[in-house]
Amino acid sequence: MEELAIRVENVSKEYRLGAIGGATLKGEIQSKLAKLFHKEDPNLKIGEKAHGKNERFLALNDLSFDIKKGETVGIIGRNGAGKSTILKLICRVTAPTKGNIYLNGRITSMLEVGTGFHPELTGRENVYLNGAILGMSKSEIERKFDQIVEFSEVGQFIDTPVKRYSSGMKVKLAFSVASHLDSEILIMDEVLAVGDVSFQNKCINRMKKVSQEEGRTVLYVSHNMATVKSLCNRCIVLSHGQLAFEGSTEEAIAVYMENEKLDNTVFFDVSDAKRHPKCNKRHFLQNLHLFDSKANVFEYGEKFPFRITWNSENDNETLRMKMVINGIDTTPVGVVFGGEISHCKGANSADFEFDTSFLVPGKYTVDIIFYDEDETGSVMFYDRCTALRFTVEHGEKSVNLKHWFKDWGNAVLPCIQKI
Amino acid sequence: MSQQKWTTVIKSSNKMTDMDIKGLKNCKDLIFLFVRRTFVAKYKQTILGPAWAIIQPFFTTVVYSVFFGNVAGLGAAGVPNFIFYLSGTIVWNLFAHSLTETSHTFTGNSAILGKVYFPRLVMPISTAISQFISFFIQYAFMLCFMVFYLITDAGITPNIFMLMTPLILVQLAVLGMGFGMIISSLTTKYRDLNMVVSFGVSLWSYCSPVAYDMFSRSQLMTNSTFYNLYMLNPVTPAVNMFRYAYLGTGEIDWLFYGISWITTVAVAVLGAMMFSKSEKTFMDTV
Repeated sequence: MEELAIRVENVSKEYRLGAIGGATLKGEIQSKLAKLFHKEDPNLKIGEKAHGKNERFLALNDLSFDIKKGETVGIIGRNGAGKSTILKLICRVTAPTKGNIYLNGRITSMLEVGTGFHPELTGRENVYLNGAILGMSKSEIERKFDQIVEFSEVGQFIDTPVKRYSSGMKVKLAFSVASHLDSEILIMDEVLAVGDVSFQNKCINRMKKVSQEEGRTVLYVSHNMATVKSLCNRCIVLSHGQLAFEGSTEEAIAVYMENEKLDNTVFFDVSDAKRHPKCNKRHFLQNLHLFDSKANVFEYGEKFPFRITWNSENDNETLRMKMVINGIDTTPVGVVFGGEISHCKGANSADFEFDTSFLVPGKYTVDIIFYDEDETGSVMFYDRCTALRFTVEHGEKSVNLKHWFKDWGNAVLPCIQKI
Repeated sequence: MSQQKWTTVIKSSNKMTDMDIKGLKNCKDLIFLFVRRTFVAKYKQTILGPAWAIIQPFFTTVVYSVFFGNVAGLGAAGVPNFIFYLSGTIVWNLFAHSLTETSHTFTGNSAILGKVYFPRLVMPISTAISQFISFFIQYAFMLCFMVFYLITDAGITPNIFMLMTPLILVQLAVLGMGFGMIISSLTTKYRDLNMVVSFGVSLWSYCSPVAYDMFSRSQLMTNSTFYNLYMLNPVTPAVNMFRYAYLGTGEIDWLFYGISWITTVAVAVLGAMMFSKSEKTFMDTV
């Protein structure tokens, strides 16, 4: 059995909605006494029941998961799914209502870094204070002080009170302190949101180094799928306080993006779908039909036909079609051109064939664009909407793609020939 | 299957006796840095700096001496009013400040406490310790006046009980911290007590022999019921002891001095227990 770093066991966290307790001590005592004597609470509003259902809110509901030592795990989910709550419980900022959490090793949390800074103290004093708050001894901080300051890029201002720092400088300094701790478990909540791009990259590299070379466990919460993808080797998806998915980062992101629910569909009605605001809708896509397929799941290398149906307001404009293929985290893979298509006024349809052999097995969405452009390059947008979702699965032809690394992108380019 | 080891277990149970004493031992550096932070931050951007620690009790003493001492004649017989009031004021301040400062622990530090875990008892302990810094400045100030009055032979008689000083000071600081922790835990839910603290402490000072000499107004004090009630105030025997040791005024009632220590320990233990109970979930209500 591999050694575990964190075990979360049937954890629930309950919050009370609305005002907490009675408005005054007197009110609370009245309510407590009433409860004691089994009388009606005088402070409840008429029709309200004591501890009614709507009064309580389960931020986490019977959540269990294990995290192995040395793993980098991302926690993703929508706002209010319970991501920050579980981190707070693991950091012991607040206690669970039910269940136990087991930890193996010291924990460093980077929840909204920099809040532990005292504005009146200088950067130097704050490094010591913050380090001590995070659990370092004074000698440990002294030993790492130069490293911390060098990483933070604020060496020039280290003897200036922190209240004169810019917000970026504060975050840089705080991140450096936290990431130089010798703790076994690191917890980060959206820390990379502040700071310029070069510092963000520096941080991600630092985190990679910490987890891969030093073998520490990292828990990372973010809405930025790109950083989750590059940093984490496993992901946990939370939804309404419960575990929705646990597994590889790609699959977890797919679950998070909620693309799963449309699987096994072959008919995509887009007449009500959201349109790109620049479209003039003179040629308007109605639906897309995978008329020769049983599901929108294809083996790698398979070619599938599809039919698009649209309405045209006239027959004298040139109409061209192109498709933008997007990966699951909405990063574009590339564009396929459909060329000029003939049409008449009113309803039209056209059939195309799509070749999946340039896509790495995974989940994709397709935006269909109706447009026209002249020789000067000016473009007329008729219509643009997300019309198709499909999955490419591994098959006979994808043998050499089995070990595809996530940072290689999603496009399979043609082989180069020896000449 | 190898046995999985855990260094920390977070349980949902919330008992009053769950105290992180073990973690506290590793926090010496943190306590020291918090004390330093409080002290340094307090006097940042002031011209007079730590001199403010003297100015405040000095003027309090002057006002007490003039109005309570000379106008109302409440001072002790045989010793100068100034040193009598100064001695009372500085020990009272040690108690009062450690109470009021500790009572803001949860509400005032929620930004740090909401982000990161460290044994929460570090905060009240370091708050109480940092009160000693200003106390010792004031104490040195008082000793200067003691020397002056001794040279001028003004009737003060410091004695062997001065050896009790550390005990008196620790008692007052711990007592203040204990009450502060109780208030702090209660105010996470109800802010009512915050309103009480400031004027409650000033009322309390009038129930303690700070601004007057309890032994010179003997009519009321000879009533034994009133005397017993008055002496139950745990601050009173400690202040009396301090004055007796340095000035030779008043007398020591060992029975009530013992009771005040029992009260102190009880308040401190109750405070620490309430604090430990509320520290786990206070972030949800504060």
